[in-house]
Amino acid sequence: MTTTVAPQPNAAYRPGPRRTGRLSAAANLRVGERFASPGRIVAIVALVVMAVGWLLPFLWAVVTSFKSEATAAATPVTLLPPDGFTTDAYTSVLREGNVPLWTWNSLVTAVAITALTLAVSALAAYALARVDFTGRKWLFWVIVASIIVPPPVLIVPLFYEMLALNLVDTYWAIILPQVVNPAMVFILKKFFEQVPIELEDAARMDGAGRLRVFWNIVLPLSRPILAAVGIFVFIAAWNNFLWPFIITSDASLMTLPVGLQTVKSAYGLQYAQTMAAAVLAALPLIIVFLFFQRQIIRGFSTTGFGGQ
Amino acid sequence: MSSATLGARTGRGRTGSAAPAPTVTGALRTRDTRIGWAFVAPFLVVFVMFLLWPLLHGLWLSFTGQSITGAGGEFIGFANYAEALSDPIMWRSMLNTVWFTVLSTIPLVLVGLVMALLVFQGLPGQWLWRLSFFMPFLLASTVAAQFWIWMYNPQLGLVNAMLGVVGIEGQAWLQDPQWAMIAVVVETLWWTVGFNFLLYLTALQNIPEQQYEASALDGAGRWRQLWAITLPQLGPTTVLIVLLQVLASLKVFDQIYIMTQGGPGGTTRPVVQYIFESGFTGYRFGYASAIAYVFFAVIVIIAVAQLRFTTRRDHA
Repeated sequence: MTTTVAPQPNAAYRPGPRRTGRLSAAANLRVGERFASPGRIVAIVALVVMAVGWLLPFLWAVVTSFKSEATAAATPVTLLPPDGFTTDAYTSVLREGNVPLWTWNSLVTAVAITALTLAVSALAAYALARVDFTGRKWLFWVIVASIIVPPPVLIVPLFYEMLALNLVDTYWAIILPQVVNPAMVFILKKFFEQVPIELEDAARMDGAGRLRVFWNIVLPLSRPILAAVGIFVFIAAWNNFLWPFIITSDASLMTLPVGLQTVKSAYGLQYAQTMAAAVLAALPLIIVFLFFQRQIIRGFSTTGFGGQ
Repeated sequence: MSSATLGARTGRGRTGSAAPAPTVTGALRTRDTRIGWAFVAPFLVVFVMFLLWPLLHGLWLSFTGQSITGAGGEFIGFANYAEALSDPIMWRSMLNTVWFTVLSTIPLVLVGLVMALLVFQGLPGQWLWRLSFFMPFLLASTVAAQFWIWMYNPQLGLVNAMLGVVGIEGQAWLQDPQWAMIAVVVETLWWTVGFNFLLYLTALQNIPEQQYEASALDGAGRWRQLWAITLPQLGPTTVLIVLLQVLASLKVFDQIYIMTQGGPGGTTRPVVQYIFESGFTGYRFGYASAIAYVFFAVIVIIAVAQLRFTTRRDHA
């Protein structure tokens, strides 16, 4: 998954048409790359400007979170605080607020959603890919068609249902509706269809049952796609706002995104604390991303089109 | 077993036949049917309980005057739909949603493409570029919105401070009916463009290198290669990205609700927020469901139209 750089010529060294033939190997062209053409300089500048622009809101939040409340609210705006940096905002947020609790709630629900989604989706996808059962075709069609259903359409009847099931303000109410992910069933089914069937057939000749074949042969071969789906589902669950926002009113059950929205007004004009809470909420996934950048990017590019 | 597993790793990619063997007997088929449904059962339970049932129940609710208290559950025909279609707030929020989709989709696709092309040049520090552009996508909507509420702060925000440096007078971006939607679109661009960037980057990496080598031998320069090879090769990817982006933009709610609450004066309120408000602040479950179904119909029509358009073009 390393970025491959297509060797390209530039003005400094351009092989004549056809004359050089094989001689213009990629190595020669890469040497040519070191000479800066005007176009390349423009491209580099554009890249740097865009990257800085994209980091700016984040850096500004971090800088603000290390200011004192007085400096954060002072005009004119200063990039570096004249009274120096302080961690006061973080201490207050961590001491007084619910941020640690909300992080825990996010972790519990996101892990549960990921584990349950993987379990039920993989089982179903395997049967849809490999077991020739009556009703398979139309069932698959129904599941694929349901990918189009936008979650906001379901909020009212789902809330009604949770009232009836007496699950409002529970972890289960946050978790269960998010376990239904037909797009992931679709992605997994496509992958399982490509696992060589000869292996499964051989194991079944030896008397292994379907579940055994699935567990011992198919799943170990599917680790990359399971990781990709898992990453995708986890991040979506960690960040989900609308449904947890509707179904939880008890502050001790809120997830991080929902909790932050409710304290926005509680912090009032305490800008440094607001930014400290936001930065703390952003941190876990950014740290995970720094460690697993390759896996996460690969995961998103394999699930991206199916998953949106 | 382990050697067989290794062999399979290299053999992946071959398509195993999923079709039943011709010698399959009736008894085997019945057994397969039992096993198949058993495998599907756990998914089916949650699927029916938390997708299919609420979807159908919502349709029923839309023909009733159901309120949160349980009163008004009787059938009232198309009254909710008639009311929705003559409700100026419904129309306004529907138009806001479509306007947001138009305003956001174009930059989200173009900027994502430009980012991917720039990063793909292979400058050192690949991880840093990818981190800068993709990181915002990992943030919760609340966090991204908080960052931008602070950026847009009229007195203390960085946006107006920077504009002040170059002598442009700042605005109260989120409170001004002329600017609020633009401000929301900019935040959305910052927050979610990383996803399109990533899809484009993957597509760029999949273009066969030989094509560039061949054209280089023919004397094509960088610019010419971009137009003759890269962009045409990205065509199918662009079609998919646009499709996904339009569907995602139509569902906009989080960032608008957090940044402007739909204001000022309803100029940014999206239709999902109106569903939410009708249901959970107006407590009119029946009416909220009717708007939800109008919204659902719009989504389906747009998705089908886009698919039709793109598949026809592929065959032509």
